[in-house]
Amino acid sequence: MPILSPSDAARVRDMLAGMTSPVRLAFFTQTLNCETCEPAKQILAELAELGDQLTVEEHHYLLEREEAAKFGIDRVPAIAVLGAQDYGIRFFGMPSGYEFMSLLDAILLVSKGDSGLLEGSRAMLAALESPLTLQVFVTPT
Amino acid sequence: MAVESSKVTSTVVGANEYPDLVRKYQVSGVPKTVVNDRVEILGARPEDDFIRTAVGAASTLTP
Repeated sequence: MPILSPSDAARVRDMLAGMTSPVRLAFFTQTLNCETCEPAKQILAELAELGDQLTVEEHHYLLEREEAAKFGIDRVPAIAVLGAQDYGIRFFGMPSGYEFMSLLDAILLVSKGDSGLLEGSRAMLAALESPLTLQVFVTPT
Repeated sequence: MAVESSKVTSTVVGANEYPDLVRKYQVSGVPKTVVNDRVEILGARPEDDFIRTAVGAASTLTP
């Protein structure tokens, strides 16, 4: 039983058709003690089917600690969104509802390699001299 | 923002799944953004306002 309805899948396919370069989702998961890992795996598999330029690469968190550490991942389920480079975009948790939409946005931005931000915003970010980390807390609805 | 600047990293956290992080950062409503582990931005804000606040926080705090 798919998670995405046929109409949602069609909309996602249309959105992903706008990808201009390949994106890889490094997905970290584990089999035990993780209620949302399996549904996360399923929705990512469905997502990868909908975009020719989108791939999902599964990593076992407990067996691939070094790889996880490389991406700064310390919990599961987790996704690193990787394009021509690693822009430092991560998702923790089952990507459903609002988080799913954010993931789609991130995939498209990374694929284009362009933030789409206003000129003033770009100027402010260009002037950044020290690291800026953002943790955005969301819920599915 | 992360796509725009190599100094920016962005993590989206499903609040329902990580009560430890919700407690640590005292999340009582969403969306809530935590900048460099310290400064909070509550709710959705206009782009320029959000970025000005975040960049301002980063220039005075290191993560």
